[in-house]
Amino acid sequence: MPRNLWLRVGLVVLVIGISLWYLYPPKKRINLGLDLQGGIHLVLGVDTTKAVQNQAERAAEDFRAALERKGIGVKRVARDGDRAFVVELASPGSWNDALTVASQFQTFERRNSDQAAGRFLMAMADREAGQQADLATRGAVEKIRNRVDKFGVAEATITRQGEDRILIQLPGVQDPDRAKALIGQTGLLEFKLLDERTPADEALAGRLPETSEVLYQRRVDRESKQETKIPYVVVKRTLLTGNELTDASVQADPNSPGNWQVAITFSASGAQRFGEITEQGVGRHLAIILDGTVYSAPRINERIPGGRAVITGQFTVDQARDLAIVLREGALPAAVSILEERTVGPSLGADSIRQGIIAIAASSVIVFLFMLVYYKLSGLIADIALVLNLVILLACMAAFGATLTLPGIAGIALTIGMAVDTNILIFERIREELKVGKTPRGAIEAGFNRAFRTIIDTHVTVLVTAAILYNFGTGPVKGFAVSLFVGLSASLFTAVFFTRLLFDMIYMGRRKVTTVSV
Amino acid sequence: MIEIFRSPNYNFIGRRRIAYALSILTLLAGLGSLGIRGLRYDIDFTGGTLVQMRFEQRPEIAQIRSALSAQGFGDSIIQEFGDPREYIVRLPLSKASSQEVAKKIEQALAAAPQLGKTEIRRVEFVGPQVGRELQLQAIYAVLFGLIGILVYLAARFDFKGGVAAIAAVFHDVIVCLGLLSIFGKEFSLPVLAALLTIIGFSVNDTIVAYDRLRENRGRGSQRGRTFADQMNDAVNQTLSRTVLTSLTVFFSTAILLFLGGKTLEDFAFVLFVGVITGTYSTIYVAGSLVVDWTIYVEGRRRGKKAVARA
Repeated sequence: MPRNLWLRVGLVVLVIGISLWYLYPPKKRINLGLDLQGGIHLVLGVDTTKAVQNQAERAAEDFRAALERKGIGVKRVARDGDRAFVVELASPGSWNDALTVASQFQTFERRNSDQAAGRFLMAMADREAGQQADLATRGAVEKIRNRVDKFGVAEATITRQGEDRILIQLPGVQDPDRAKALIGQTGLLEFKLLDERTPADEALAGRLPETSEVLYQRRVDRESKQETKIPYVVVKRTLLTGNELTDASVQADPNSPGNWQVAITFSASGAQRFGEITEQGVGRHLAIILDGTVYSAPRINERIPGGRAVITGQFTVDQARDLAIVLREGALPAAVSILEERTVGPSLGADSIRQGIIAIAASSVIVFLFMLVYYKLSGLIADIALVLNLVILLACMAAFGATLTLPGIAGIALTIGMAVDTNILIFERIREELKVGKTPRGAIEAGFNRAFRTIIDTHVTVLVTAAILYNFGTGPVKGFAVSLFVGLSASLFTAVFFTRLLFDMIYMGRRKVTTVSV
Repeated sequence: MIEIFRSPNYNFIGRRRIAYALSILTLLAGLGSLGIRGLRYDIDFTGGTLVQMRFEQRPEIAQIRSALSAQGFGDSIIQEFGDPREYIVRLPLSKASSQEVAKKIEQALAAAPQLGKTEIRRVEFVGPQVGRELQLQAIYAVLFGLIGILVYLAARFDFKGGVAAIAAVFHDVIVCLGLLSIFGKEFSLPVLAALLTIIGFSVNDTIVAYDRLRENRGRGSQRGRTFADQMNDAVNQTLSRTVLTSLTVFFSTAILLFLGGKTLEDFAFVLFVGVITGTYSTIYVAGSLVVDWTIYVEGRRRGKKAVARA
């Protein structure tokens, strides 16, 4: 017997042992892709431009306030472009005072100064704009992660992708609409006063002051499911936002049976501010606005101390509960939009798994039988190698935490067909060598050696393609590339090394060998 | 010992002119269909919304369409999907978000009592940005795939062999795309993956035959024979291997095509077609082209010698 035979047996046993250890128990070890277990795959885009705009707008507000505190007359402070705001002074006389204020806004640069007109532009520095955009994405990832945690999805993946994208994978979610609504909602709660001097029809015709805007309330008729939009004219200035709240909880709506409402509690400072707003606004209407939609606009009858308010809408209990989560976790720093979505229902996933298993089983059976009938004992050896190949393939996927997708299953079925190619190459070669008149041992030796070069060639070409597919593919296609790559790599071990070992054990012993069963 | 070919000695290369005619015909048919009908791209590339649903009882397409028309989706593409109760609806990109579109479709179907209960099984939405990126990625994947294989071939083979192998790859890709177009199947990301796999597979067979050709020449057993005969020997010697491997892969893909379910159908279709054309092109595109190229070059050399002598 060749000297290192036992060493090789040891190596094979070790590989089998490690593989089985990684595979046990199989159900827990292999990650199923969303297309197999059902779930939602979302790619969200964060509107970072809008986040920077908001920042510029806020800075403009602050600037106006700073000027007013110093008693400098202001004609206009307004956002200009995405990341700048323009300042116009009431008189050029206060120019130097205004410049002192400007120097305090260190993240902005003063440009286009026109002293005679008392006008200049404050532009956000590039670095600051980049940072704001980055913060917006990072903040959005964090908030969404918190919301999903509270919603209760096991094994959710929420990761940032590139500059302004978020990849979200929620396996096994039963109600995709609800999950999407929860994730995609900005959750910006605002309190604004109604502009009661401008009638709605005037405003809709475009005749409204610069400081006012038209927002809508949505009402869905329960019988006909028809949606109506009711316009409201509100004062643009935001008096209070959801940032100031400490708690949000779900209650039954006492005025409309069957509907639910969300009760919110403000922080100490928020409660004080709310008290002031209601005190100053007695007799007016206060609009409660969520993401640009008016939910209600109750009349302020008196100062409301204690900092409590309710948001009513036509909420179901689930909707109210989700809104409460969103409000408690806080608004996203910028709006997000869905760029890509792939939702697979659990029943479809189960069907795919069933069909995939049938395909792999059928493909295995045919290839197994074929090899056995055509190559006899050698075919049996190839079949054993094939089983080992599948075991190693699955074990590698478990060990690397790779995900099995539907195209991945197809990749396995294909691997079964391709993996025996190596053995066929070797066996055909052995047959040829036997025909030329070589001794059985010589033929086996020559068969393995001569075929080896070709085997390497064929593997390299397919492995190159698989690697490229992995790099450029997304989701399911990646899964295909993974199983093809791992399966073919494993076949180098099983179809060459392992098969050779079995041949050596059978034919290279001391007894005389007269035939090769091939 | 069971053998499908007992010492095969078929005159493959000698009949290459018939094969050229066949190849040119299929390529023309494929290119013609690609030019006239074009390829139907999946929403992966065009962007849009796809909803897969299952009805409790068999619906009429007209019923589904009229239900969808009520929501303004009358122009959507409606297809049966693998089962008479299962359908997919495709919508082009619109201003409405994915959420709204899917929900409206759901509402539209729920509001049509004649359709019975429906289950939404799959929703896919690809926005314009993502669609463009996926297109680019697809182009890169094919490009890098070809470059990778080209580099490998250049390292392993002589110039003529490399060019002929690439010609065989192009032949296979065009045949696959042409048949996709003729059968009205869709070009999606998984189909692209299948196409790249076929490229790898097609080159595989070619390598096996070439390796044998060079091995034989190295041994010097071929002295005095024409290049066409040498190539024919190599093809014959590797014939049983080529056919056997193709058969096992062919079984695997056939099973995927017929048992793998509707989702994998187009993907399996490309693999299925690719295995057949990949095997064919090894002999009749790659092998034959090298033979004719060599004959042409030798002919010119001889011609020059003759001129020089005169």
